[in-house]
Amino acid sequence: MSASLSSATPSGAVVPLGTQLAMFVRLLAVQGAWNYETLLGNGIGFCVEPALRRLPGGPEGEPYRAALARQSQYFNAHPYLTAVAVGALARAELDGEAPARIERFRTALCGPLGAVGDRLVWASFLPLCSFTALLVFGLGGSALTVILVFLVLYNAGHLALRVWGLRIGLRDGLGVARALGHPALKHMPMRLGRLAAALAGAALPLALQRVIGPGRVLLGGVLVAVIVGGLLLSRLHGRVEGWKLAILALTGFVLYATLR
Amino acid sequence: MSLADILVLALLGGVLGLDTVSFPQAMLSRPIVAGTLAGAFLGAAPMGLLLGATLELFAVETLPFGASRYPEWGSSSVVGAALYVGASSAPPGALATSVLATLLVAWIGGWTMVQLRKLNAHWARQRHDAVARGSRRVVVGLQLAGLTADLLRGAVLTGAGLFALHPLQQIVIGTWTGRAELSRAVVAATAAAVTLGAAYKLFHAVPGFHWQFTLGIAAGLAAVVIL
Repeated sequence: MSASLSSATPSGAVVPLGTQLAMFVRLLAVQGAWNYETLLGNGIGFCVEPALRRLPGGPEGEPYRAALARQSQYFNAHPYLTAVAVGALARAELDGEAPARIERFRTALCGPLGAVGDRLVWASFLPLCSFTALLVFGLGGSALTVILVFLVLYNAGHLALRVWGLRIGLRDGLGVARALGHPALKHMPMRLGRLAAALAGAALPLALQRVIGPGRVLLGGVLVAVIVGGLLLSRLHGRVEGWKLAILALTGFVLYATLR
Repeated sequence: MSLADILVLALLGGVLGLDTVSFPQAMLSRPIVAGTLAGAFLGAAPMGLLLGATLELFAVETLPFGASRYPEWGSSSVVGAALYVGASSAPPGALATSVLATLLVAWIGGWTMVQLRKLNAHWARQRHDAVARGSRRVVVGLQLAGLTADLLRGAVLTGAGLFALHPLQQIVIGTWTGRAELSRAVVAATAAAVTLGAAYKLFHAVPGFHWQFTLGIAAGLAAVVIL
């Protein structure tokens, strides 16, 4: 995290670097108490808490208790982009914004942070990293190389997103919505999707070849089966999950191989 | 596989299960990582990688979107890799049975995550008044309780999976007929078909998807021929 994180806001409340580090580490566990009623709510309270200790009266004061109660209510968003919410909500509380305004802002954040994060991370960046690792595997990469490529690539993006979110949230407070309109967030999923599609195509035959191993002569037949199976699953898009069909197919194969 | 091995693998499964959602969600729980780590623990990282990469082809389809139920790959990949390494003396059925076992444990793991979320809700409901009063102890306590329960969930799932499936796998591969390469080909084809369907599901709305994907396939096939 950069030193610029430890900056004062227009209203003057400073969040020291140590407090920001505590918030950042807690953000890694923001989903620790995820449940079907308050979803991420308790996690938001847990992450904002170190900053709230700086409210007048400290952790024993009424402002601290009221703010912690407010921040531990229902909340939902993409887990990585909760950093934006945590930073912005901490800033709003420290700046003494009206509780009703903070609550309205909190509610308004849920949708955009969920939608942007899901498209950017789950539907684009994670598959991109998976296909990159599979490509390296298919090209003969060692165990260490493959997992390092995956983990370094993925977590460079993952941690950068959390750091950026916390920084921008603490800086902009209730004005953080502007940051979510950043062109990078808008166009990145599309660009990553294009790259991931190309990587998926390249990784598939190479990974298949390495999994099949010495039976390379079977590769042609396997590719035909993959195309037929893939087309079938594409037609069933949204109605059935492929991995569940795979359980059926593999169970059938295991029974065939053992009982025939 | 000794009891000590199972206990240490259960701990690894707990840690990787925790990564799936609760902490730190750094994707250590992805099969390609979790399988390799479990294989490395048993002294067979390349076998762990092979199993992990095969499972990753399935896992591309299942992304951890919010409240949806999805397979838990962290703990299950530890079970699968341990089974695969343990069955290395009987290669014909080793990959197919290990992958099938992983998919089943991943499915059960998804169910255990739902139960954990219900348990977290129960705890939160019981302490609602304290949270509404802004009790730091309760807010932090709920978070730590959830994290601990998730760690235990993954460890128990991994240990139970190994206890139940290791003997079963030994019986199945003892009666296995057919060639190893055919078995691997069936598993690979199934996994890749799921990946192909997933790629379409994820990217079909991306402009130029078909061209990008086709170019990629052409490059991949050329590399297979050349290398």
